[in-house]
Amino acid sequence: MRRAELVAAVLMAAFSGYLMWKSAELPFGWVPGEGPGGGAFPFWLAAIMLVCCVWIMVNWYLRKTPPSQSDEPFMDDYARRMFFLVGGGVFAMIALVHIVGMYGAVALFLVYYVRFLGRHSWKTTIPIAVGAPVAAFFFFDVALRVVLPKGYLEPLFIPLYRIFL
Amino acid sequence: MEILSHLAGGFLVVFDPLNLGLVVLGVTVGLFIGAMPGLGSVNGVAILLPMTFLVPPTSAMIFLAAIYYGAMYGGAISSIMLGIPGASTAVATTFDGRPLALKGQADKALIVAAGASFIGGTISIALFTGFAPLLAHVALDFGDPEIFALMLLAFATFVGLSGDDIPKTIFSICIGLVFSAVGLDIMSGEPRLIFLDITGFMHGINFLVLAIGVYGIGEMLWTIEISRGETQMSKATITLRGIFAHLLGTLKMWRSWTIGSFLGFFVGILPAAGATPGSLMAYGITKMTAKNPRHYGKGEPAGVAAPESANNAASTGSMLPMLTLGIPGSPTTAILLGGMVIWGLIPGPMLFVEQTEFVWGLIASLYAANLFAFLINIGFVPAFLWMLKMPFTILAPTIFVLSLIGGYAPDENMHDVWLMLIFGVGAYLLRKLDYPMAPAVLAIVLGPIAEPKMRQSLLISGGDLTIFFTRPIAGPITAVAIILLLLPLLQLIWRTIRKPA
Repeated sequence: MRRAELVAAVLMAAFSGYLMWKSAELPFGWVPGEGPGGGAFPFWLAAIMLVCCVWIMVNWYLRKTPPSQSDEPFMDDYARRMFFLVGGGVFAMIALVHIVGMYGAVALFLVYYVRFLGRHSWKTTIPIAVGAPVAAFFFFDVALRVVLPKGYLEPLFIPLYRIFL
Repeated sequence: MEILSHLAGGFLVVFDPLNLGLVVLGVTVGLFIGAMPGLGSVNGVAILLPMTFLVPPTSAMIFLAAIYYGAMYGGAISSIMLGIPGASTAVATTFDGRPLALKGQADKALIVAAGASFIGGTISIALFTGFAPLLAHVALDFGDPEIFALMLLAFATFVGLSGDDIPKTIFSICIGLVFSAVGLDIMSGEPRLIFLDITGFMHGINFLVLAIGVYGIGEMLWTIEISRGETQMSKATITLRGIFAHLLGTLKMWRSWTIGSFLGFFVGILPAAGATPGSLMAYGITKMTAKNPRHYGKGEPAGVAAPESANNAASTGSMLPMLTLGIPGSPTTAILLGGMVIWGLIPGPMLFVEQTEFVWGLIASLYAANLFAFLINIGFVPAFLWMLKMPFTILAPTIFVLSLIGGYAPDENMHDVWLMLIFGVGAYLLRKLDYPMAPAVLAIVLGPIAEPKMRQSLLISGGDLTIFFTRPIAGPITAVAIILLLLPLLQLIWRTIRKPA
């Protein structure tokens, strides 16, 4: 935990520096007749962020905050496994949207999570994995007219569009 | 009298079948969300906001406010039955609710919680109805420096009163404000902060992307990690006679719920304080002033009544600055405020002049939501207890799916979905290191309002920062904000002075 605290502070300090540099692409001083330039607001806020990161590092050095005193691992085995299984699953779902579309990705993700991570029976899994995309289709594509991406499954939806849209 | 006629008009809006249906649906969803450990009103409102584009803004707002209300009732259910707060707002309810349940009096705790919530809700809504038009009237005179000073006050409240790590809180506020500045600069029209020249950043970062990332994905990852192992659910048998007896008992705890309702309401009004500190303070003060403080923490029903009346009162209170000043009083109201902007409503005192139907419809809907939440809570306790048994391995993927679709729907852009995942994972990792996330969400909502106000104020004054101190209304507000910012420092000095002695 102690090491993670420092790593996070250093990373966030670097990010603050990047934000300052990026904000400085626009004038961050006083523009006559216009007031503060477009970059001023983010520039000075990013500067405060940088100061805060240094402050966090000082606290780390003085061991003043709970994370900087803790010798417990930042993530134990269980946390790491769940993070990769669940976070990785969500990552895969979003990536799959580009290929099999929102509905395909949602169905596959639900099968993965409910059946394999949750160890529920197929009898529980199938209704959820099929029901959720169907409900979402009627809510978004049909009722809200928000067309969710279909990826390569687009042709399958053409008959449905004819009926419902 | 004018208030009453406006309120009557508001009730006409609420009695529209669509709106009334949405109130009932909203409180039911809210009760469920509140009852599930790991999900609170803010998660529900963030994840479900994109779904409300189906109905007109007034109905959408009524629905979301009903969720907010229902969640305040629901939070008590898992606090009592599982000993895990259903939402952070119900933390104080576990102190006495759980011991009561362990003594086999879960039914008493549940009914007292519902009764006290109803009383707290009713008192606070009445206060709200009286105060809102007055405050809005005063706020009509506010100019840019005043509004900016109020926002400063909101952020200062986080730093001074939240009790979180101070540099991390300030960091969280600033990162939210910087993210809100991404996109086109409103005043010069130039693109700014286009990270890595990705065109997706040109339309800015929608506050919902951050809110759903933090409260959908981040929160779920967090809950999955900490909720390992089985929880023990208490048994509750509920009889009609028991309900009446316990409700009568609740009325007798007038001291607890009076403290809870009034304290909760006024703490809720404070920008950025919200229901969690409100309920904790109400519990503390009730215990401190009680005749039998030793019974508290061991199953004292009055210790359930105080925080439960306070969190409902605070949730109403936090809507007061949101509606009248355009400054949210809690993370949930920050998201509601962001929703209002999406629907094309300009938050602030002009709402009371220009959008009377919206404002009074919303206020009247609070009365209805409070009543329905109470009835549904009492009437369907067995159903909610049954739902609490729903495995997390079904709830969690559902939330992830709702987050995915909810992140896509507002701008119909996959760029936002990827950004949401990054925010979610980042929020989870930073939260493990005690970085608070609520300030960032509040900041990304307030940023687009705060920045032009600040720039215009400085333009008026010619770059002179004293404008925030010298104006009659802005001055005191800024002063209070600075005191709040310095409060932790003063405490530190106080402690160092006292230590040697």
